[in-house]
Amino acid sequence: MKRPQMTEPQITDRLIKEHGLKPDEYETILKILGRMPTFTELGIFSVMWSEHCSYKSSRIHLKNFPTEAPWVIQGPGENAGVIDIGDNQAAVFKMESHNHPSFIEPYQGAATGVGGILRDIFTMGARPIASLNSLRFGPLTDPYQKHLFSGVVSGIAGYGNCIGVPTVGGEIYVHPCYAGNILVNAFNLGIADIDRIFYGKATGIGNLIVYVGSKTGKDGIHGVTMASEEFTDDAQQKKPNVQVGDPFTEKLLLEACLEAMKENLIVGIQDMGGAGLTSSSSEMAARANMGIELELSRVPLREANMIPYEIMLSESQERMLIVAEEKNLEPLLSIFKKWDLEAAAIGHVSGDGYLRIKWFDETVAEIPASRISTEAPMYDRPQSRPDYQDELNILDESEIEVLTDNNDVLLKLLSSPNIASKELVWQEYDHMVRTSTVVLPGKGDAAVIRVHGSKKGIAMSVDCNSRYCYLDPYMGGIHTLTESARNVAATGAKPLAVTDCLNFGNPEKPEVMWQFAEALRGISDACRALEIPVISGNVSFYNETKGTAIYPTPTVGVVGIIEDVSQALTMGFKNIGDVVILLGPSTGSLGGSEYLSLLHGIERGLPHPVDLEMEMQLIELMVKLCKNGLIVSSHDLSEGGLAVALAESSITGNIGLNAELKTIAKGVRTDTLLYGESASRIVVSAKPDAVANIESMTKEASVPCHVIGKTVENKMFKITIDGNILMNLPLTTISSAYKESLQRGLNDRV
Amino acid sequence: MFAIVVFPGSNCDHDCYHVLKHVCGADVKFVWHKETAIGSDVKVVILPGGFSHGDYLRAGAIAGFSPIMSAVSEFAANGGGVIGICNGFQILLEAGLLPGAMLRNKNLKFICKDVYIKVKNTNTAATSTLREGQVLKIPIAHAEGNYYADMATLNRLKEHNGIAFTYCQSNGEENDSANPNGAVLNIAGITNSAGNVVGMMPHPERCSEEMLGNTDGRAIFESALQFVKNKL
Repeated sequence: MKRPQMTEPQITDRLIKEHGLKPDEYETILKILGRMPTFTELGIFSVMWSEHCSYKSSRIHLKNFPTEAPWVIQGPGENAGVIDIGDNQAAVFKMESHNHPSFIEPYQGAATGVGGILRDIFTMGARPIASLNSLRFGPLTDPYQKHLFSGVVSGIAGYGNCIGVPTVGGEIYVHPCYAGNILVNAFNLGIADIDRIFYGKATGIGNLIVYVGSKTGKDGIHGVTMASEEFTDDAQQKKPNVQVGDPFTEKLLLEACLEAMKENLIVGIQDMGGAGLTSSSSEMAARANMGIELELSRVPLREANMIPYEIMLSESQERMLIVAEEKNLEPLLSIFKKWDLEAAAIGHVSGDGYLRIKWFDETVAEIPASRISTEAPMYDRPQSRPDYQDELNILDESEIEVLTDNNDVLLKLLSSPNIASKELVWQEYDHMVRTSTVVLPGKGDAAVIRVHGSKKGIAMSVDCNSRYCYLDPYMGGIHTLTESARNVAATGAKPLAVTDCLNFGNPEKPEVMWQFAEALRGISDACRALEIPVISGNVSFYNETKGTAIYPTPTVGVVGIIEDVSQALTMGFKNIGDVVILLGPSTGSLGGSEYLSLLHGIERGLPHPVDLEMEMQLIELMVKLCKNGLIVSSHDLSEGGLAVALAESSITGNIGLNAELKTIAKGVRTDTLLYGESASRIVVSAKPDAVANIESMTKEASVPCHVIGKTVENKMFKITIDGNILMNLPLTTISSAYKESLQRGLNDRV
Repeated sequence: MFAIVVFPGSNCDHDCYHVLKHVCGADVKFVWHKETAIGSDVKVVILPGGFSHGDYLRAGAIAGFSPIMSAVSEFAANGGGVIGICNGFQILLEAGLLPGAMLRNKNLKFICKDVYIKVKNTNTAATSTLREGQVLKIPIAHAEGNYYADMATLNRLKEHNGIAFTYCQSNGEENDSANPNGAVLNIAGITNSAGNVVGMMPHPERCSEEMLGNTDGRAIFESALQFVKNKL
């Protein structure tokens, strides 16, 4: 190949600013290098010190997460976290955001989000077995939001279905705060043998750096810089920054990498995601305290005339960087040839700690690898509690009318896109491929996947109630974590670890930074109380458009293990004549509830306080009840409170209910009783002869327990207090509201 | 012995292997698409589901030209059993081993859900242990399962009892609302006149174990096992 003509721009103040580097950051660059940076180096610093890659505003807070437990094999800092799940097997998982690209180009933005998280998992030596996602949009009455919604869903489906990894669960929320900044958070979990986990470390001086996967093109240059800025009016002009996914190539890459790992041909490996070749090489070098030298003329290119700056910053998808011993190069290349993949040795590991980039033998960049990765700038940004917070927290319940037509209220709640069934979405996802999905989407509070070759199952759930986080970021953080853990426990699994995806506004605003710090403090406290360490995660700041930030949305994904997957619990009632029992506190609060927002248009007050000790007791109780086979269904209470949870169990099981709430109704407003929200509550059903046992176990666990109803033969959903009917509806009516509302909403042409 | 062909992009290959090997206890091996022979011990070839070659161009279009497909054609011509599931069915159409073509689903979206199908022909490599008219609940998962053929082809199919499965209601009634993808005559699967080549869109490997809550698919594999036994 001939060296193309290269004319690089002069380094000017304007160019520095355009690269998103602050004057003091540029000063640091001059100090590190002891000279002016080259254009290539400026690009490298720009992407590596972007918020997206460097976590410069968040690192100081992330340090406070509890990250250790005896079962943790790898905590934060690698491509994904790893936990021991027994039988010499490990679960490898992580969640990541792809918010900015999905807003600009929903299909490809979401698709490449799935592709990126999959690479993070299989780069660790794990076979991805389940994907989940957390999606947030503006009101779906807006045609543009409908476009974003269907684009994102189809993008996730297009990528996940093609590569053959089931999408088994997730959550979808709709709120005006996301209209200018939708959220697309993708979670994936894989399984690896414990003695075959691979890390992103460039060890062994002289070892080769091998490039494999798609050729490098000019796409996605500065994608991470885009993800580190607010949107202005010209967001659509950033379309060329969004990459295009090729799930077929990724499937080949997945199979080829796993084959090479099985043959022991790989020393270290990392995917080229955000900031592409730059981040993968410098991070692998820094983790191993080594250097890496690359010769860019050997990089497979999609188009001629690419200059080093572009090659280093390209975010072309489906590429991996591998460290391998020289003697293994030939067998490695032959595996890639079998899978029709482009591969080339493009450099080697050096001992001097430098990322050295050559182009036709000329050195175009020479930077200490650690200074652009592990030792990137870190800021303790100022925080301040927003002025509006106090007023936001005031809620005078006496001014809120108690609605009396509860049939109507229930139907409205069940029709809310935040509550209604997402069947139309998961039908577009292949959620069954790999024949492991034991608890299918919509059937349980968490997805449950069997682990082939063992009796056990893995339960996982992604959650965040951003309304709570807005009203009280600390308590909201606690709610987020406890709800996710409770969802996992509701299937009978013991929660073991969590990954996070922290979506916030502009961290340079003290109010946003306060929300961030408070939410993390809440999540940390809950993690400590429930003994669930954080093992991986991602931060997405700058979710703002024209100065308006999203609600703080620290999404978490809790993963747990159920010893005997055939015992996994689902939410639907199972038999006529079963007893329905409420475990946990008998009532909740209206503050921050879906009821208050949807029916009264009020988003104020405070979320119900969480008793973490009770939460832990409830979780342990659920695992025991499941193991002893005492209950036949279980369902966590969340948005919409008790009434909605009962309705969902009725609808999913297609079994009627007579609920009598006399024992828990004393001194409580009817709407608080029915729709109030709190933590630590699960509705279970059981055979009548199991009730005595359940009651004694709940007493032992100090968890409140109230028998509140019975499943019935007639297909009616009825709730009474002392015989007085609060609501009474045919199952077909509530079922149609629950199952058809989302589709109806999307069909409506405004 | 069963052979499961692995194309680049196959992703139900391991699922079929699992059911044949661990649920049915059959002998089974993988055959890579670049190979040119199937092996003399093989009695039934499975073309599994997935997105061969990404389904770029058209579902199954590129895989239809894979080196192994010449061997599969020859194998079928000699009476060997060939069962194509989902993408495997699409490949059989593209390779000309079965007639007709696939269009995009009528809603233009990928659909993954349980459907009911009715057994129309029990003299095939995939249906011999089933009863005619039997209704099975089996999931589909495809974006291009809208089977189409012209009238002459459909007539020929009917003449030799080539329609193997049709989409139906749980009670067996075949009507439009039971048709998930718009397939002509509710066709979910077809066979050649000899009955040794079968293509079907639903995924029996996804419902062959108690653990997954449905075992209706198992009979398809049991039939294939029966076919192997009859060949020995």
